[in-house]
Amino acid sequence: MSDSLRDKTAIVGVGCCKFGENWHQSPEDMIVEAAFEAYADAGINEPQKQIDAVFCGSVYPSRGTAEVAEALKLFDRPVSLVQNYCATGTDAFRYAVATVAAGMHDTVLVVGFDKPKDRGVSGPSIHMNTARGLPMTPAGWFSLCCARYFETFGAGREDLARIAVKNHHNGTLAPKSMLKREITVEEALNARMISWPFTLYDCAAQSDGAAAAIVTRRELARSFRQDPVWVRGVSIALSANPQTDPDFDFLAWKPTLAAARDVYAQAGITNPMQQIDLAQVHDCFTMTELLTYEDLGFIDKGAASEHIVAGTFALDGELPVNTDGGLKSFGHPTGATGVRMLYENVLQLQGRAEGRQVRGATTALSHNLGGAPQTCGLAILGID
Amino acid sequence: MSDSAAGIVAWGAYIPATRLPLALIHGGRPDGGAAEKAVAAFDEDAITLGVAAAMECLGQLPRERVDGLYFASTSSPFREKQAAAFVAKALDLRTDINTQDFGGSLRASAGAMLAAVNAVRATPGTQILVVVADTRLAPPRTPLEANLGDAAVALLIGDVNVAASLAASCAITDEIFDIWRGEHDDYLRAWEDRFNVLHGYTENIRAVCERLFAQTGTTAADYARVALYAPDARSHASVGRQLGFASGQLENPLFGRVGNCGTAFAPLLLVAALEASRAGDRLLAVFYGDGAEALVFERQSATCAPARDISWHLQRARPLRSYESFLQSRHLNAVEHDPRGGEGVPATVHYRERNSDIGFLGMRCIHCDTVHFPACRVCYRCHAKDAFEPVRLSDRPGRVLSYSFDYFFPTPEPPLIVGVCEVDNGARVYLQMTDASADEVRLDLPVEFVFRRIHEAGNRPNYFWKSRPLLAASGEDAR
Repeated sequence: MSDSLRDKTAIVGVGCCKFGENWHQSPEDMIVEAAFEAYADAGINEPQKQIDAVFCGSVYPSRGTAEVAEALKLFDRPVSLVQNYCATGTDAFRYAVATVAAGMHDTVLVVGFDKPKDRGVSGPSIHMNTARGLPMTPAGWFSLCCARYFETFGAGREDLARIAVKNHHNGTLAPKSMLKREITVEEALNARMISWPFTLYDCAAQSDGAAAAIVTRRELARSFRQDPVWVRGVSIALSANPQTDPDFDFLAWKPTLAAARDVYAQAGITNPMQQIDLAQVHDCFTMTELLTYEDLGFIDKGAASEHIVAGTFALDGELPVNTDGGLKSFGHPTGATGVRMLYENVLQLQGRAEGRQVRGATTALSHNLGGAPQTCGLAILGID
Repeated sequence: MSDSAAGIVAWGAYIPATRLPLALIHGGRPDGGAAEKAVAAFDEDAITLGVAAAMECLGQLPRERVDGLYFASTSSPFREKQAAAFVAKALDLRTDINTQDFGGSLRASAGAMLAAVNAVRATPGTQILVVVADTRLAPPRTPLEANLGDAAVALLIGDVNVAASLAASCAITDEIFDIWRGEHDDYLRAWEDRFNVLHGYTENIRAVCERLFAQTGTTAADYARVALYAPDARSHASVGRQLGFASGQLENPLFGRVGNCGTAFAPLLLVAALEASRAGDRLLAVFYGDGAEALVFERQSATCAPARDISWHLQRARPLRSYESFLQSRHLNAVEHDPRGGEGVPATVHYRERNSDIGFLGMRCIHCDTVHFPACRVCYRCHAKDAFEPVRLSDRPGRVLSYSFDYFFPTPEPPLIVGVCEVDNGARVYLQMTDASADEVRLDLPVEFVFRRIHEAGNRPNYFWKSRPLLAASGEDAR
C-alpha cells in the first residue's frame, strides 16, 4: 500500500519566475510566467485543451482559485486551492499526483505562488489578536530547538553560519534566485540578531514568486518529452504542536520523521545517504536545515556539526543540499517553495542545472517543514 | 470567635522588581546604592501587581476558602470594569463570592479593609481577601514623579487564626484639591506642594490621630509600630515628630527604595509592622486622602507570614537601563510597533479562553494523567475525549525546556525571552519570560509563573501568564 504511488506519474514540465521583491509584478504576472514556462517545457501548446485540472498552493492568496484560473484563463474544469503552511507547494503537488494516479485526470497543472511583498513589512507581521503564543514569529518557533540541541550535541552558531554561507554560494549559481551574494561565516555571525541564535543570515529571504509543474500519467509521459521525471513518492505528515506536545524532546522535528518513514517506503529508500543524490530541504532557518540532515536519516542524530565542517552537503559534497540556494538565497514565497524545489530537482535530474549541476544525479528529494513547525511535505523524484 | 477577633489572618506584599534609579530622570548616571523607586514593569499594572501580592498572601492556603475579594486602587486599568473580578479569575477563586472595587481615593484601601472586617463580623467564619495596588503616574521629570512608587499588598481578613485583630478605627473627611486626577487626565495633578503638605496632609493626619487617641484613651507611646502614609520623606518625619512618635516606632517609609505607593502605602508599611511585631503589640495604620483614616490592630499569637518578606522584595531589584525605557513602558515614547495597535483579542475569544489565559488552568486527563495546556477536547497521549479535570498551574514551579531571545517583538528592553516551560505536573506551556535578562536564562532553569499584561492591542490591557526565574524565599540579591 505504501508504495502505491511509485512511478505512476511523471513531471513533464516545470517553470519558475524569478524570485525576489517583485514590485513590478502582480500574482497574475508571476503565475503566467511560471505556468507558460512549464507549458513550453512540456511542449503544451493548447493548455485549455491539455490541462485537465489545476491544484494551486498559496498561503496568502488574495482571491484563491480564481487568481490562478483567471490568470491562465483555464475554466470549466477542477481548480482547487491547497494550504498546508510551508508544505503548501508540496501538498498541492501531492494532490496532483494522487488524482492522476487514481485516474481522475490525465494531466494536471500545479501552481504554487505567494506575494508577501504586498504586505508592507520586511519581516513577519506582528499579530496581537491573541494573548497566548506570542511573539508568534517563525524565527521564534524554529529557534526553540537550538538551545537544547547545542547543549546536547555540542553544535553552535558557527555550524548555522556555515549553512548560510553554503546556501548563499549556491544561490549565486541559480539564475532565478533572489540573492546572489557570497557571505562569510563572520558576516553571518555578526549580523543583526533576529531571534537568538538566528541572525539575519540564518533566516530565509522572504520573497515573491511562483512556480509550476505539470504532472501526467506514466503512460502519457513520453508523449510530452523523452526524459520524464518519475514521481517515486510524495508524502505529508502533521505532528503535534512542539509548544504543547507533552513528549517533544527539542532535538528532532517529528513531522519530518513521520513523513520520511512514509515517503521512503513509497520510493523503496532504505539507505538515504546512498540512494539519494541531492536534496532541496526547508532552510527557512539554518537550524531547520541542520536538523533535517538528521531527521531525514542522511546522517546520525547529533552528527550534523562534523558533516557541515566536512562539507558533506556542499555542492561538491557527498549529498549536495539546496543546490539552488534554498529558501535562504533563492527566496521563500511560501506557497511556491515546494514547487520551486521540484523545479530545481527536475532540472538537476535532466542535467539542465548548468553551473550548479550535480553530475549523474538520478534520485532527488525535496522537503518542506511548516507551521510551528507541525507539517512536513516530502517528494522523491527519479529519472531512468 | 467574638466580634472583635476579626482581623488580618494572612498577608503578602509585592514590590515590582523593576527600579527606576532617580538619577536617570534628569539624565544622570545611577551610583551603587543611590536612590531609586519601584516601578511597575512594562507588563505590569495595578491588576497584575494585585494578583502577585495575593499569590504571596495565599501561598498554599486553600483558595476555595476565600469568600470575597475587595480590590482597592486609584489606578485601576479600567474606568469601568471590575478589577476585583479580574484578580479573582487570575487567582482561580470560587465564582460564588462577592467581588468589589474600591477606588477614587488614596484612602480606598482603608475602606476596603474596614468593609472586609465588617463583612466577616456580619458572617462569622468567612474570609475576605483585600487586595490593594497602585501604579500612579506623575508627569515625567517632576518632583512628584521622584516620590511616587508602585506596590501592592494583599490581606486575608477573617476571624479564625487571626494574626492581628482590628481594635479601633477612626476617620475624618476633608474635601480639598491637593492631588487629583480628572476624567481626561493621564497624569496626576497637584497643587503647590507647601499648601498640600500643610493644609492637606499635616492637618488631616494630626486631626485623625488626635481624635483616635482621645477616642481610645491612648497616647503615641501605646503603639508598638506605626504605618504612616506620607507624600514624601520629609513630611513623614515631620508629622511623626509632631504626633509624638519616636523614630523607632515609625516603619521606614522606604522613600528612595520604593516610593509613595498610593493607596497601598500604609498597607505596605503595615505588613512591615506585622513582620516586626509580637503578640500583644498595638499597630497603627494611618491613611490619607480627602481626610484621613486610622486603623488600630492588636497583634495576636497566630501568624501566617508569607514565604517572602518585604526585604526579599527589596533585594530583588532590577534597575532600568535608561529613562527612555521607562517612558516606553508607559507608552510615552513613539515606537515602531505600538503594543496598543491592532484589533486585539476579540471579547468572545477572551470569554471562551478565560480559564486558560486568565485562570491558567491546565486540563488533566483522568485516564492517563497527562496535563494539557491550553484546554483541549482530546488527550494527546491516550486520545480519550472530554475526559479532563481542571488543574491550576499558576501556583506550581516549572523549568525551562528550551528558549529563544526575540529581538523583533516590541518590548522596552529587548530581547524578549520566550520558551517552552514544563510545569512540575508535566504540562508544557509556551511563555514569555519576565523580570529576567538573557544572560540569566539556561536550560532547566527553575521558574515560577506570574500574571502579566501581554499587550494592549485594541486599546485595552490583555493579560496572560509569563515565567520568571524562581528565586529562593531567603532572597538572593538579583542584581
